[in-house]
This record gives sequence, structure tokens and C-alpha cells, in this order.
Amino acid sequence: MATESAPLKEPADAAPDPQVTGVEPLVRFDKVVKRYGDHVVLDELDFTVRRGEHVTLIGPSGSGKTTILRLLMTLEKVSDGVIWVDGSPLSHVRTPSGALKPAGEKQLRESRKKIGMVFQQFNLFPNMKVLQNITEAPVNVLGMDKDEAETRARELLDLVGLSGKVDAHPSQLSGGQQQRVAIARALAMRPEILLLDEVTSALDPELVAGVLELLGDIARNTNITMLCVTHEMNFARDVSEKVLMFDAGRVVESGSPEKIFTDPEHERTREFLNAVL
Amino acid sequence: MSDFLSILGEEFPQVRSGLWVTLEATVLGSLVALLLSFVLGLAAGSKLLLVRGVSRTVVEFFRGTSLYIQLFWLYYAMPPLTGYELTPLVCGIVAFGLNYGAYGSEIVRGAINSVPRAQYEAAVALNMTPFHRMRKVIMPQAWVQMIPSFTNLLIQLLKCTPLLWLLSAADLMTAIEHVRSRSGETLTTYLVLLAVYFVLAYALTLLMNMLERTAKRRLGLHTGAGSLLKTRTAEAAATAGGAR
Repeated sequence: MATESAPLKEPADAAPDPQVTGVEPLVRFDKVVKRYGDHVVLDELDFTVRRGEHVTLIGPSGSGKTTILRLLMTLEKVSDGVIWVDGSPLSHVRTPSGALKPAGEKQLRESRKKIGMVFQQFNLFPNMKVLQNITEAPVNVLGMDKDEAETRARELLDLVGLSGKVDAHPSQLSGGQQQRVAIARALAMRPEILLLDEVTSALDPELVAGVLELLGDIARNTNITMLCVTHEMNFARDVSEKVLMFDAGRVVESGSPEKIFTDPEHERTREFLNAVL
Repeated sequence: MSDFLSILGEEFPQVRSGLWVTLEATVLGSLVALLLSFVLGLAAGSKLLLVRGVSRTVVEFFRGTSLYIQLFWLYYAMPPLTGYELTPLVCGIVAFGLNYGAYGSEIVRGAINSVPRAQYEAAVALNMTPFHRMRKVIMPQAWVQMIPSFTNLLIQLLKCTPLLWLLSAADLMTAIEHVRSRSGETLTTYLVLLAVYFVLAYALTLLMNMLERTAKRRLGLHTGAGSLLKTRTAEAAATAGGAR
């Protein structure tokens, strides 16, 4: 996490707190740069996500897709530019003079309230049983009543098809089951935005379909905004309304799945899709 | 030999209270060491340079100066310097605590660092506070890694307690040494001492193995039958735990 946050000038095209109309996107990347030393991962990236939209990020390895999710989850700091979520800067605070400066832990915790994340390697807490993995944060972070949190956790486990595993240790579950618990754990925090970082990449092939089906259900039955980094093109096609094709830290092409998969405009997109489909 | 036994019989109350002093020094010394291990080990991971620097300095100082000399300092040099006089037992507890706390802090620091970063990230994604992350996610996992190394330190600390003899504390070593000087049975005396310390050390090992099993069970890790009686080394345990 060794990154310098350059002093920020107000981005030219950003009206102060642009909450003016109903069309303001839920997530807006405004010239976001992410550098590791000299290596530029994201290069003045601009893109927006509307509320309730399901967006898939595709592109070759190292194109910066995962970095986008990690920036949104505040696991990394932006090197330059601003990420806006619901009209507020995600990882910056306003100084009295109106300029933006990097936020401290307190403000970051405020920003994280809206966002949940599911990781490639599940990252369940091995020291907690399945139920506690799901209730720990609702009880201790949201201050939810313990019984209420447990009831909700059981409902979520039911939703992900694991109602029988309440008292299991994560180590006793298969990868697919662990990932379902991780999804339930993220949903328990009632996020407005759910970030899915290659959630099926670490799973055995026969377990992938079940997890994708579950995510499809969640996409259809909730109004949670979803950003998915995935190599599952079928998922991108079936679940998302928008596909963003990345290469070398930039959006090469974006559009509906039909458009991207059947009639891509950009040569890089065609090459990539030929390689993975 | 019969001389030795009869004198040992006569000296039994002193030997028994000596054993008690040795156990006191071990248990209290290791509690001080444990506390210091966590304080210094957590401070070593602080964001603040000053806190890290203080921790580093304390650790290097107490690790780098001999335990003998620390004991002599506390017992002989401190009273004229400060006017306070500590009993030999308290000197022992403080010196063992400081010395082994310095070593222990490295165990705590290393174990915390060995918890995969992904665990920290998952806790951040659930919006836990830094304290909550440490207490509920990082520390319970790090603790399992610490136990085998702490077992080693605890046994080393026990084996240092005969140093209390140098301060004329009435510990086990002093009491049995007294039996030797009265009976003249050097060989038997030292054999008995070897045996007694071995039994004490082994008892501590078994206790710590039980602790480790409990901690591992809490992580849902399989603990094979019979591992209670196996003397585990820090290396073996580190690889077993490190695979996670």
C-alpha cells in the first residue's frame, strides 16, 4: 500500500458535488490514475456505472480490472483523479477551501458502508464458523442485534443453498461452498454496490456454474449495483447490461453484451474475445 | 546414596519451597514476558515511526544484553542507584520478563505478519475498525502460529531459573545445592536436578500442546490423535500453519 497520493486539483469537469439531477451515476471514475512506482496500471480512467446496473469488466490479465475493484473497496489508494460514489468522493475529503485531499481511516469507513466485495480466494475467516463469518460484521460494524443478524444470516445461507452448513468451519467446505458463504457474508452488510473479483477463478470447473447461477439470481432479484471482473464470458453475456473491455489501463470499448460479443468495434476486443471464447 | 536420601528427607521442606519459588519465577516471569511480547510486538507494527522505534530499541537492548548481567543489575546495581531494593524473586521475574519479552515480541510480530494479507482485506471490505480487525480476525489466527514458539521460550525461561541461585534466592537449585554440600553426593545431586528440570519442562510442553490443540480446533484445523504427546518444534508447526 505504498502509494503517494498526489495533491489534487479540482477536476476541471467536476461541478461541485454533482448531485444535481437524477442522472448522476452511482459510480464515476474521473481521470483516475493508479501507478506502482513507474508502472501505470490505470491511465486517466473515466467510466460511470448507473444505479442498479450490472457491469462486467473484461480484458487481458494485467489490464487493471482488479485494480478498479480494489480502488473502489479502498484497498488501494488512487495516485491521481477522483472516484465519486453517489455524488461524494470515495477516498477524498473536502478541505474548507473546497479542494480535495486523501481521506483518513474515519472517512474511508464511511465510504465503505455502501460497498461490499467478494474475492477470488473467498477469504473467509478460518477462526469463525460459517454463521459467525456472516454475522460478525453486521453485529459489530452495523450494530445489528445478534438474534436479528443470525436470523438474517440463516436466510442468506438458505438463499445460497447452504442452510445445512451453519456450524461448519470454512475449512470443512468446498471452494464453491466457501464462495457462497463469502457472497452471503457480503450481502449481509446490505451493500448498494457489490464488487465481484474473479469469483469463480479459483473454483473447480464443476462448481463454477452453481456460483454463477446464484449471482445471476442476485442480479435479477435485487437492486444491488454489481461490478464483476470475470473471465466467464457467458456470465458477462447473461447477467450484465454493460461490458467494459480494458486494455493497458484504459477502457478500449464499452457497450451492451450483444454489441461487444457479436460486433466489437475495436481490434483489441476482437483479439481478446477470439482468445477466450 | 543413603546419605543423600536422608539429607534430602531432612531438607524436604526447603526443597519443596524451592520448587515453589522456581515455579513462581517461571510462571510470573513468563506472564510478564507474554504481556511485553504483545505490547512490543504490536508496537512493532505501528504506523507511527516513534512507536516502532521505541519498540525496536527496547527489543534490541534486552535481547542484546546478557540475562546474567540484567539480573546482577537489578539486584546489585539498582539499589545503590535508585534506593529501591527488590527481592531476588522479583528481580528474577522482572529480568526473565524483560529478556524473554524481547524475544517474544519478535514471535508476535512475525505471527501477525504471517496472517495472509487477504484476511486483512476481507476485514476491510466488511468495514471493520482497525482494532476490530486485529482482535477478531488477525490475532486469533496469529495466536495459533505463536504457541509453538512460545513453548520454546517458556522452556528456555524455566531452564534459566537456576540463575536465581546467583542471587541466593531460595529456589529449587539453591535448595538442592544445599543438599549436595551437606551430603557430598555431587553425582546424585546433579542427576536429580537434571531429572527434575526435565520433568518440569516436559510438563510445560504438554500443557502448551493442549493449548495449541484447542487453538487449532477453533480454526477448524485437523489435529491428529497422539499429537499431545509429541514434542513439537517451532519449525514443524510453522510449516503446518503456514500452508494456510
